[in-house]
Amino acid sequence: MSTNMTSVITKSRSAFSSERTLAVSFRLAQIKNLLAMINECQDEIVSALHADLRKSTMEATLYEVELVRSEIAYFIRNLKNLAKKEKLPMNLLACLDSGYIQREPYGVVLILGAWNYPLSLSLLPLIGAIAAGNCVILKPSELAPNTAQTLSKIVPRYLDTECFHIYEADLEGTKELLKNKFDYIFATGSTNMGRSVMAAAVPHLTPLTLELGGKSPIFIDDSSDYELATKRILWGKCMNLGQTCIAPDYILCSKNVEKEFLTVATRVLTEWYGTNWKQSLDLTRILNEKNFLRLQKMIEETKGRIAFGGQMDQQTLWISPTVIVDIPDPSDIVMQEEIFGPILPIITVDSADEAIKIIKSRPKPLSLYVFSKDNSVIQEFVKRTSSGGICINDVIWQNGWEGLPFGGVGESGFGNYHGKYSFETFSHKKSVLQRGFSYMSEKLGEARYPPYNDSKLRFFTTIIRHIHSFNVNINWCRVTSHFFAGCFGALVLFLYLRYLK
Amino acid sequence: MAAVQQQQMISRARAAFKSGKTLPLSFRIKQLKNMIRFLDECGDEILDSLRQDLRKSKMEATLFEIEVMRSDFNHLIRNLKSYAKGDKLPTNLMSFEDSASIKRDPYGLVLVLGAWNYAFSLSLQPLAGAIAAGNCVILKPSECSPKSAATMARLIPKYLDNECYHVYEAELEDTKLLLTNHFDYIFATGSIGMGKSVLAAAAPNLTPVTLELGGKSPTYIDETSDLEITVKRVLWGKFTNLGQTCIAPDYILCSKKVEKEFLKAASKVVTEWYGDNSRKSPDLARIVNDRNFNRLKSILDKTKGRVVFGGETDQKERWVSPTVLVDVLTDDAAMEEEIFGPILPILTVNSPDEAIEFILSRPKPLALYIFSKQEKVVQTFLDRTSSGGVCVNDVIWQAANEGLPFGGVGGSGMGSYHGSFSFDTFSHKKAVLHRGFSKMSENMSSGRYPPYTDKNLSFFRTVMRNLHRFQLTYGQVVSHIMAVGVGVVIFYLMQTLTL
Repeated sequence: MSTNMTSVITKSRSAFSSERTLAVSFRLAQIKNLLAMINECQDEIVSALHADLRKSTMEATLYEVELVRSEIAYFIRNLKNLAKKEKLPMNLLACLDSGYIQREPYGVVLILGAWNYPLSLSLLPLIGAIAAGNCVILKPSELAPNTAQTLSKIVPRYLDTECFHIYEADLEGTKELLKNKFDYIFATGSTNMGRSVMAAAVPHLTPLTLELGGKSPIFIDDSSDYELATKRILWGKCMNLGQTCIAPDYILCSKNVEKEFLTVATRVLTEWYGTNWKQSLDLTRILNEKNFLRLQKMIEETKGRIAFGGQMDQQTLWISPTVIVDIPDPSDIVMQEEIFGPILPIITVDSADEAIKIIKSRPKPLSLYVFSKDNSVIQEFVKRTSSGGICINDVIWQNGWEGLPFGGVGESGFGNYHGKYSFETFSHKKSVLQRGFSYMSEKLGEARYPPYNDSKLRFFTTIIRHIHSFNVNINWCRVTSHFFAGCFGALVLFLYLRYLK
Repeated sequence: MAAVQQQQMISRARAAFKSGKTLPLSFRIKQLKNMIRFLDECGDEILDSLRQDLRKSKMEATLFEIEVMRSDFNHLIRNLKSYAKGDKLPTNLMSFEDSASIKRDPYGLVLVLGAWNYAFSLSLQPLAGAIAAGNCVILKPSECSPKSAATMARLIPKYLDNECYHVYEAELEDTKLLLTNHFDYIFATGSIGMGKSVLAAAAPNLTPVTLELGGKSPTYIDETSDLEITVKRVLWGKFTNLGQTCIAPDYILCSKKVEKEFLKAASKVVTEWYGDNSRKSPDLARIVNDRNFNRLKSILDKTKGRVVFGGETDQKERWVSPTVLVDVLTDDAAMEEEIFGPILPILTVNSPDEAIEFILSRPKPLALYIFSKQEKVVQTFLDRTSSGGVCVNDVIWQAANEGLPFGGVGGSGMGSYHGSFSFDTFSHKKAVLHRGFSKMSENMSSGRYPPYTDKNLSFFRTVMRNLHRFQLTYGQVVSHIMAVGVGVVIFYLMQTLTL
């Protein structure tokens, strides 16, 4: 195993040194190959996801395959632009100088995938790392072995095998892997995993992004549309049987809303899953026995009352969608750690303010959800709480929304990705200032040389204080396009007057 | 004792953050304006502290500390409204009732660890960035520049809110103790060793960090460069602050021919600038402490290179003269770690490629300098090497440009700051998606609910694949329509007037 590890790392480093990933054309070709892979191996992938988590075709397709496809499509459309130099505005005083930011790859990136969305949480970061020009070692989660094995099998058929490696390893193997030097580490997983990865990054001063988790609270106020709120929340909760890092974890609402929620919920779940929810093919299963027992313990030891659900079957790793109410204590077992299962506690509060206090007394979550038609209530949550992201009147959607960064804050992680944020995460912003040897260039800067005197000091002070006023922030493309729009208008009127009048 | 003091300070800062007083922009701008007032009113004290700590000349202390800070604070004041308002994403026609934006949230309690070589600016620029982003801050200036640290501890509280912002003086042991606490962000400038300690302290709390470290910044000079100007620029960058600048040109790579001309020009320039006895020049700083002095003296003692000029030292004054070494091999004592002093080794190379291979064999530096008129050579360095930043045909200035991020990569650090990058560093980008309850909103997305069917799957897949085509930058469409209208009006007026 360790010879394989050494060889994978050596190959990656050597591939990066060969500089072939620097060319944007190379990166685009690799990303297009990944698209071919998704297209040609979709059935195999969906089967693997079903074998690992009993994911339905719908969930496996939309929330894994299609997410990956969207990300690939984004980079195919935008990579050329993202990789371009970002020029600074010209400065009239220093017009012979030019400044820009050049994005360059870090080198060899290590990605640690997660088991709950084993395809997308491995491939989305991989795509970003490739787009930014890195070589990558991707270690998919061993807890979703079918998906890991599938990736090991199919990825080398489509990607450059020197630059990009799928490395399967268990926990011990991963710890060994982490002893090596990487130029960037991207890891998705639990808070504890985050701490181990960050500790491993220390001796090499490796920058990292950690996508962790937490308890994502939902506040539903009395002004919401209860029917829609309930459906949307339950959809987010039941997806992947609650094993989603941004699943709504627990609800905060008034007694009145709780009552409405429960009425709608029992109806909706029966509409969705029939009278015997266990028989529905649309619900996945709990990953493994360890997680099952953790969730079972919650149901058995909670001091709250099970409003509905609570059925469990260890053999099939089944836990029914369950709602728990009348929780007497904020330290109840269901309120201690991220649930990551289909258990939905409801805590009653008397006001938005009380909800905010509860949220702020806890670690910052990956997501926060607010259901309300009252904009002032919404703004209170947006302004007074902090979370990775926040979605109003729905759940989950903020992930996968093009243009929004996806990442945590505080214990839910740091750094972010998706789309251009992936590109930024996996690339280093190198500042470049190009000066010249011209007479003007030298004259402008000559007062810096010793021997120092007050007149040189005064000259330079004046320049430093005023140079920013000489920035010329003109976007010539915009000016030109507006000019042509004006000409177009004039032309239309001309033609109208000439031919129609 | 220190533990109690630290806990009290941290509690006060946390309570201040919890109170929400740092959230309004008006509060933050007021603090930043007070920082400008601090520079205006305490200029003399700042200069005096820097003179005592490093024998910094008035010119260097004013330009590279006071004025650089003033510029950065003013940049933040001018732009804070626009930075803090976050980004609104384009509307999407397929879901035009939804609005997406990115809000900038402060992290909470930020710890800033300053450095000694630019004792004020390396403490107060990060402080200002953290303030601008709405955080509360504990600033621990470097104990290696004690007069500056004491001045900041004494004066800053007169200008900034005392609950939100604290200047904490501490030696190494107490700094280690401070780091065992939970901060929401840590910003540290210093050595690689310090960087590792900080990252190790941050790991158990999952605290994000920016580390501004150092490294050996290579300077490549080729035969096409204007050598007279090159020599001046390189020596200016090297001898400012007696070489104690994290982005000082550390060593030179050039051909034997260039080296010969460099040396000829260099000794002339050094005499022009500092006189026959450079030790007497008031423009040269001193080495900060005995430890660093001894380190530099050891380089001079152990080097197998030849001293072309300079090489003098004085323990009492902590004086090391501007020195150039030649015939330096890659394993020389002068090539082991960042010099951080006025010793400039020259290594000869036969081609740009040889220089690049050498640079690539070493840790990524904070800065890289290329002196050449050949576009192709410059581009090759830019494409094949990686560094925090690059300056072509000059040194240091890339750090003074307010539009460029300042930070390292690899061993030279992680993260960046200055200007808008300070604001980015000290704030969390929170994704905000606002959906509605309308029939339209719900119809568009109701296909997601179970029971799952192939039809719904197909529908959703189509939506996901085509959503991007419906992005609409509302403002741009409106402005273009208006431009069309303006064209119509202008033409009409022209017609009317000419008739």
